[in-house]
Amino acid sequence: MTHNQEEHDDHHEHGSELSEMQLRVRALETVLAEKGYIDPAAIDVIIEAYETKVGPHIGARVVAKAWSDPAFKAALFEDASKAVVAFGALNRVGDHLIAVENTPKLHNMIVCTLCSCYPWEVLGLPPVWYKSAPYRSRAVNDPRGVLADFGVKLPTGTDIRVWDSTAETRFMVLPMRPAGTEGWSEEKLAALVTRDSMIGTGLAKQPSEIA
Amino acid sequence: MDGIHDMGGMHGFGKVEPEPNEPVFHAAWEGHCFALNRALGYAGLWTIDKSRAAREELPPDVYLSSSYYKKWELGLENLVVELGLAGADEIEAGHALRPGKALKRKLAAAEVPNTLTRGSFARPAQAPARFAPGDRVRTKNIHPATHTRLPRYARGRLGTVEALRGCHVFPDTAALGKGEHPQWLYTVLFDGRELWGEAAEPALKVSIEAFEPYLEPA
Repeated sequence: MTHNQEEHDDHHEHGSELSEMQLRVRALETVLAEKGYIDPAAIDVIIEAYETKVGPHIGARVVAKAWSDPAFKAALFEDASKAVVAFGALNRVGDHLIAVENTPKLHNMIVCTLCSCYPWEVLGLPPVWYKSAPYRSRAVNDPRGVLADFGVKLPTGTDIRVWDSTAETRFMVLPMRPAGTEGWSEEKLAALVTRDSMIGTGLAKQPSEIA
Repeated sequence: MDGIHDMGGMHGFGKVEPEPNEPVFHAAWEGHCFALNRALGYAGLWTIDKSRAAREELPPDVYLSSSYYKKWELGLENLVVELGLAGADEIEAGHALRPGKALKRKLAAAEVPNTLTRGSFARPAQAPARFAPGDRVRTKNIHPATHTRLPRYARGRLGTVEALRGCHVFPDTAALGKGEHPQWLYTVLFDGRELWGEAAEPALKVSIEAFEPYLEPA
């Protein structure tokens, strides 16, 4: 059984495992609250923020702006943390955000082989696959194989650059703007920007895909 | 540490399996586990590096067979017990059996929006940067038994400094509670063949974020 299958089973089939974790987390939270270390109301606010406020829609707006506004794009590559401040659902975006640009010649892909480092402020919490052993192991030595798992095949002549997030720097990919989107509003452009396109495991959608 | 968490380049884990329309949390306990880590992290009892180390130190079989947030839960339990915040007997009982310690600060619900942002890890430099963009460097062949951010696949390898990222908290000491010892941080770029040999994907390039103590001139 692969790790992924086990994770899958944890979530959907092994009822006993699920209840065990529910009980275990509840026990820990109760102890921490009774000892005065945490405020259960704060726990609820944190969960709500990450479920509803922070997510890849923020990054998508950043990308759409960069596609539309050359000055903003320049500022994004100069200092992404500073450039995206106005987009944050939170009061401000954390430091050390770095934007990297996909071009016809170069495709960037982001990974954290050691744990799960990910630009939360612009993409939200990472999906399970990003944190999984298959992605963390293969992104650095078989990125084309990983892209194939996502149904993506790059044209011949596009080289691959993988960024391993081994420190507190965080990376987001500026995907290529699809053809046929000239004159589109930023709002309409943002609808083309997928989470995976900002990690580098996908491409921005084509206009026909959102028509 | 040369642990199971250091997965770059390993074989045998199979295909990447994206989940369409994946929820942020797959069960309520995952959200609670995540938020508990954030809320207690706010108390300032440990660093982000220490909490990473707590997960890396889980036994390899547990690490591989546990879902992501289960690892976070187990790591948090271990930290709480290690620092004497609560006893294993209390977690077992599901209730406090003794009064809590006084903490420096406690996260209130109203404060959450102001605290969700990542802090800065940049610190004033202690010395001039040893390397500059364009310099050839070799990563050291180190194998500390404790936390490090130099992955195994990139040790003892020849690369090029691509960028200087400022001076940052050094995870290798911060994880041990031995202080921040800020170090210059570089993006170091490697050719695929330097990492994976002749069979590497043609033209592949891989970079790591490397702290200065990981590097020597080449």
